Amino acid sequence: MRAHTLEIVIFVVLFLGVSAMGFVAARWRRPDDLNHLDEWGLGGRSFGGWITWFLIGGDLYTAYTFVAVPALLFAAGAAGFFAVPYTIVVYPLVFLVLVRMWSVSHRHGFVTPADFVRARFQSPTLALLVAITGIVATMPYIALQLVGIESVLKTMGMTGSGTLARHLPIIIAFAILAAYTYSSGLRAPALIAFVKDSLIYIVILVAVFYLPYKLGGWGAIFDAADAKFDKSASPADGILLNANNQLQYITLALGSALALFLYPHSITGVLASRSRDVIKRNMSALPAYSLLLGLIALLGYAAIAAKVTPLKNPNGTNDNNTVVPLLFDKLFPDWFAGVAYAAIGIGALVPAAIMSIAAANLFTRNIYREYLKRDASPAQEAQASKIASLLVKVGALVFVVFVDPQFSIDLQLIGGVIILQTLPAVALGLFTRWFHRGALIGGWIAGMGLGMWMLYQIPNAATKRAHFGGSAFPLSEFGFDSTKTIYVGFVAVAVNLAVAALLTVIFRASSVTDGGDDTTRDDYFADADAPRISAASNSPVSPAVAPDLII
Amino acid sequence: MTGPEAPDTPATVQPGDRSPWNWLLFVPIVVPLLTLWYNADSPRILGFPRFYWLQLAFIIIGVSTTTLVYQLSKRR
Repeated sequence: MRAHTLEIVIFVVLFLGVSAMGFVAARWRRPDDLNHLDEWGLGGRSFGGWITWFLIGGDLYTAYTFVAVPALLFAAGAAGFFAVPYTIVVYPLVFLVLVRMWSVSHRHGFVTPADFVRARFQSPTLALLVAITGIVATMPYIALQLVGIESVLKTMGMTGSGTLARHLPIIIAFAILAAYTYSSGLRAPALIAFVKDSLIYIVILVAVFYLPYKLGGWGAIFDAADAKFDKSASPADGILLNANNQLQYITLALGSALALFLYPHSITGVLASRSRDVIKRNMSALPAYSLLLGLIALLGYAAIAAKVTPLKNPNGTNDNNTVVPLLFDKLFPDWFAGVAYAAIGIGALVPAAIMSIAAANLFTRNIYREYLKRDASPAQEAQASKIASLLVKVGALVFVVFVDPQFSIDLQLIGGVIILQTLPAVALGLFTRWFHRGALIGGWIAGMGLGMWMLYQIPNAATKRAHFGGSAFPLSEFGFDSTKTIYVGFVAVAVNLAVAALLTVIFRASSVTDGGDDTTRDDYFADADAPRISAASNSPVSPAVAPDLII
Repeated sequence: MTGPEAPDTPATVQPGDRSPWNWLLFVPIVVPLLTLWYNADSPRILGFPRFYWLQLAFIIIGVSTTTLVYQLSKRR
């Protein structure tokens, strides 16, 4: 094994430079008072088009995506390319949804999606469910960012033996991240996102032209992948889809698109922007990242053509997440590989910071203020969020250090399925107040139960696990005479919706008490110039005030 | 579907986000999900099988549609 000294030096220098930026960010666009959740947790709700573009781009297209999607193509072929239609479909899908979310949050000072649900349906219970769903779905996602950094560290040989030595670099990296997120809040990832995305764009542009030059052209790369899949025993892989996985491809792309903006960290990025226009323009401009993602995905095939062999996990299975770092190690000069590694490593910091902020905001607004300290001042809220963000990161770290990384990946899979169950309350709630609040809770329980059961039924041959082995559910399990598979989340959310609709009709017919609605129609179209409701008390959903008095 | 709060004050101009142009948004939602259009190897462009170059090309449809809808629904 050759020395990785130059790679390590470049990685460390860039990593430390960016960390310094994270601390400086506290002074960037400095507000009068950082001790307010709007400032710490949403960057003052003031970001314009460019910052929002980098922030949301850096937030959604995570280091894990950049490592795991090519790994998926490397192992399974075309099925992994679902990430491209997924990230095309998502923007037109949420175009109208997110501006409504922004407007109503601007008017009422909402910080989290659960805040909105609390006011829209006047149901603290439903809001609590949305908040807990969000936190549980986000935690493994943060852990996966660490898995992304680790794939790079592993390739550079920066991992010793023994539990602590193996994870020491990542513990240090995360401690730095936790420190500047604590002090700078959302401003830190917003500032770092510029560096992260610039680095990734440069690395990928170079790779897209340099790799085919080294490997005999893109045609040869695809042919090499085709030859590998032809030889493999599995009938499911290949550079094209087969008859059985097309339904899975479509439903996974659509289901993932529906889930993406339900994640608390996506909403955080959206609420941090300045106006409706900024969001609409970003919905047009963000697909630039999808092009990047598509090209990165194809690095998985380049790795096949370059005959990369993935490193092993401690338990002897292949760690496919190492194929992209290994590809750079093998074909590029050391200094450039170092830059690429830094891009992935820094790429993990931006989403990890935003996710921990989003999860912390959920805790503060919908658990701390709702159940622990009803009269919390803005400064106390900000303080609670800062501390919660630290705890969330420690939790994610514990996951990575003590739990099999495969388990984080499984949890992330479950995360997508469970966050989808907030769709009726959060996304449809922006368009209609028709659903009964009790029915939404019933739908959530049904969708969650079915989703868990389906995931439990799915084995994975490659990792030799009997349960939670993937998200492709065979239709034959439902009694259909078919070999096709379908995305679990898609089925679960469909059942969730059906149950919520049915229960709404039943509850209305039997006159079960429903909550009111703290929002008005105009709130959903308000722009930046519209004043905030009850700005004086700074608690739009203050439980002490009767709902009809707020407006 | 704007929910139960139907316009009850027709005298004043209601704010809203309804525009017939919004229907255009269905194009970039539906087209990338029709696998039968692109699940094939030929023709290849620059070595990319159709499955790959066509899906990457759909990004252009997505960008242009959202831009168009934004511009058209802005001036009313």
